[in-house]
Amino acid sequence: MDPARKRQIRLGVALGVAVLLAAALVYTSFSASTEAREPSQLLSANPGKTYELTGKVVPGSIERSGDELRFRVADRDGSRSLPVSYRGAVPDPFRDGREIILTGELSEAGTFVGERDTLITKCPSKFTEEAEEDPEHVVIDE
Amino acid sequence: MIELGSAALTLAFLTALYAIVAALIGRDGDRRWIESSRRAVYALCMLLTLCVVVIEIAFAGDDFSFNIVQQHSSIETPTFYKFTAMWSSQEGSLLLWAWVLSIAASAALFATRAKLREIVPYATAVMMGVAAFFVGLMLFAKNVNPFAGLDPAPADGVGLNPLLQHPSMMVHPPMLYSGYVAFTIPFAFAVGALITRRLDAAWIRSTRRFALIAWAFLGIGLLLGARWSYTELGWGGYWAWDPVENAALMPWLMGTAFLHSIMVQEKRGMLKVWNVSLIVATFSLALLGTFLVRSGVLQSIHAFGDSTVGPYILALIGVVLIGSVVLISSRLDDLRSERRMDSLASREAVFMVNNLLLIGLCAVIFWGTFFPLISELFTGDRASLAAPWFDRYTTPLAIVLVLFTGIGPLLAWRRVSWRSARRIFIWPAAIAALAALLLALTTDAASNPWALALFAFGAFALTGLAQEFWRGGAARQAVSGGSMAVAMVAVAARNRRRYGGYIVHAGIAVLLIGIAASSSFQTNRDVSLRPGQSTVVNDYRITYERPTASVNDRAFTFGAVLDVKKDGERFALLNPTRRYFRPTGTPTPTVRSFFAGESTSEVGLKAGFKSDFWTAVQTDISGIERRARMADERFREVMAVLAQRVQRDPAQAPAAARFARDVLDRTAGRVAELYSSQAPAATFRVIVNPLVSWMWIGALIALIGALIAIWPSAEARRRRVTSLYGARLGRELSRA
Repeated sequence: MDPARKRQIRLGVALGVAVLLAAALVYTSFSASTEAREPSQLLSANPGKTYELTGKVVPGSIERSGDELRFRVADRDGSRSLPVSYRGAVPDPFRDGREIILTGELSEAGTFVGERDTLITKCPSKFTEEAEEDPEHVVIDE
Repeated sequence: MIELGSAALTLAFLTALYAIVAALIGRDGDRRWIESSRRAVYALCMLLTLCVVVIEIAFAGDDFSFNIVQQHSSIETPTFYKFTAMWSSQEGSLLLWAWVLSIAASAALFATRAKLREIVPYATAVMMGVAAFFVGLMLFAKNVNPFAGLDPAPADGVGLNPLLQHPSMMVHPPMLYSGYVAFTIPFAFAVGALITRRLDAAWIRSTRRFALIAWAFLGIGLLLGARWSYTELGWGGYWAWDPVENAALMPWLMGTAFLHSIMVQEKRGMLKVWNVSLIVATFSLALLGTFLVRSGVLQSIHAFGDSTVGPYILALIGVVLIGSVVLISSRLDDLRSERRMDSLASREAVFMVNNLLLIGLCAVIFWGTFFPLISELFTGDRASLAAPWFDRYTTPLAIVLVLFTGIGPLLAWRRVSWRSARRIFIWPAAIAALAALLLALTTDAASNPWALALFAFGAFALTGLAQEFWRGGAARQAVSGGSMAVAMVAVAARNRRRYGGYIVHAGIAVLLIGIAASSSFQTNRDVSLRPGQSTVVNDYRITYERPTASVNDRAFTFGAVLDVKKDGERFALLNPTRRYFRPTGTPTPTVRSFFAGESTSEVGLKAGFKSDFWTAVQTDISGIERRARMADERFREVMAVLAQRVQRDPAQAPAAARFARDVLDRTAGRVAELYSSQAPAATFRVIVNPLVSWMWIGALIALIGALIAIWPSAEARRRRVTSLYGARLGRELSRA
């Protein structure tokens, strides 16, 4: 076989393999991905399907019993909220009012049950100023 | 001070613009203009250094008339963090980018002052274009001027986020930025080479050291991030396929591919289109990394806020990509290979495969990272991919890569005969087979075939590399005698680039073995214990001895003393804790306010060569918060009485303030005492992580290897001096 033809075949094989791999990548990513939802969208969702819940922790709703963490998550605009139950690692910045991302599914009872160790808390940005103001702070002038 | 900094920044912008103009005027060989543009680059470096110094002085002296200082520091901030708080801000990190770029550009132009005559002016223009972009961003974009002032100056600052108050977090960003920035240099020279059609390997020889430095810095940055995650965030992992992590990993992988394929061009004059494309891709990915942290486009645990500079950086990436593609396609004729590949059994062919693997890895990560945007485009739904998806693709690719870290360096250029291949590979293959067999028989490694394959290939690579050292040493010994160790060091010292590369490969193999073992065979358990209770995890018996609690004016610290026994003997006494920080910048705290700020974990870690014993605690503070609320009610009553008194007699105000602080300190102290005397059950995460220390050790080995490869050898220096002398002589002769 002459070298030019050999090179063409080689190139063709390489391209074919690349295309196949790319197709596999695309296919698996669409089937393996979880869709992101806010609480209000989940209120009417089917139990048993896995979603990625995003929203804000409702202030004052965090309860801990044993290793189970229970809290409510509200839409970013704060309108509707959903009860959540979660076990696993809790990131350091987790607290009232923080934005979270949690993978899990809706139980029959309407509680969103998170998978272990999937809780992600968005950091308060280091790039935007966030002077937390708590009205309960007592101010003493010196 | 603000005026001085502002003036220096404005001047820096003009200087960068001048350098571009001067370089372009002198492009046809007018030395005076080129000299002038080089000096302008040095001047830019000095001006930006001045800007950094001004900012640092303001941080050190708590000058809250600087907005940047007020937002990211406070009087209470520890001194070390005052000096490093600059780059935790958006504007400070942009200044860092520009400053590091000016240093790298100065170094590159100094190193090429008598070389690459035609390429340098264009490279200068490109580097200064990027510098002008970043300096201009600080001057003209909204809210990112580091010299924005506050009038009147507040008395105290907001303070630095306690999560970021960790030594590695302070070194991590400059390392990453230095890595990103240093890739500008080879990119700029590649553009220069393309414009002037000087597409031999000269531009590569002059800038490959910068690419290697960038690669090393980026690697250190990634590693420090992983280390921080492992020891500071209470989840016990070091990598989460988070978009921002991926954004830093992609240019590193692409840069790795570049570092390999440029060798093929240097030695064989091949892969020219490939190399210029790789450096364009690497630089674009570095910009993309800078962009991702500042956009809000993708959700990530990493801090981003919506900021104003995102669109500009995106525009720059667009200009870089479009400009480069146009330039490369117009130079395709000059980029033709000087030779053809002789055989698939040759080093260049293996490098080609290694390149494809690295780019494949990069493509997978890119697709996964941007999948939320892609899926939104096609389905209207934002869907994301989790770690298992990434693992599915990256695991096999990483395994094959390990094999190639062993094969690549052993093969000769051009063509390898069957006989020599047999001779080279017999030992590594035998050891690999033996290692696989031993591991399968004596451990449960066979339960995970991927991991077993990686261990075997790792053994293959390490043996192959050791054999190379041995052969080099033996050859040397035959000539000069002496001991084998001395001969091996001597031969490595003479061929730093080659042997440094071997050491890097060995380090990467060790690192990947560590990753495979710790991710495949770790035991990860969450247990809830009351003080006095015990539990058993693997071979370890863990007893929750007693709770600990303390408080100072910045934070409450709750923790637990864990007694860990192995085979009935004390293995470790660990004290994982969790800290609750009072938000800084609030005038006077209440007890409850401590729980309104950030909290951080300090893990209890007993690191070992065979495995790490890692534990973190999640304290139940609901009882404490109730107590704090009660204490605060009483505290408020005291405060009301005090306020009345101060109203009657204002002279008593300082005494009242002291008294209030004292009461608060004592109340907080009582709350802490209460926790240590009647602590509720706490949840402990216990991880037995095999070989995870191999990861850090491997990375360290790789870093040492990179340093050896970067360091110029005495001979190279001599060669350079001779060639400089030759060049000068040639010049003089031509003039004569």
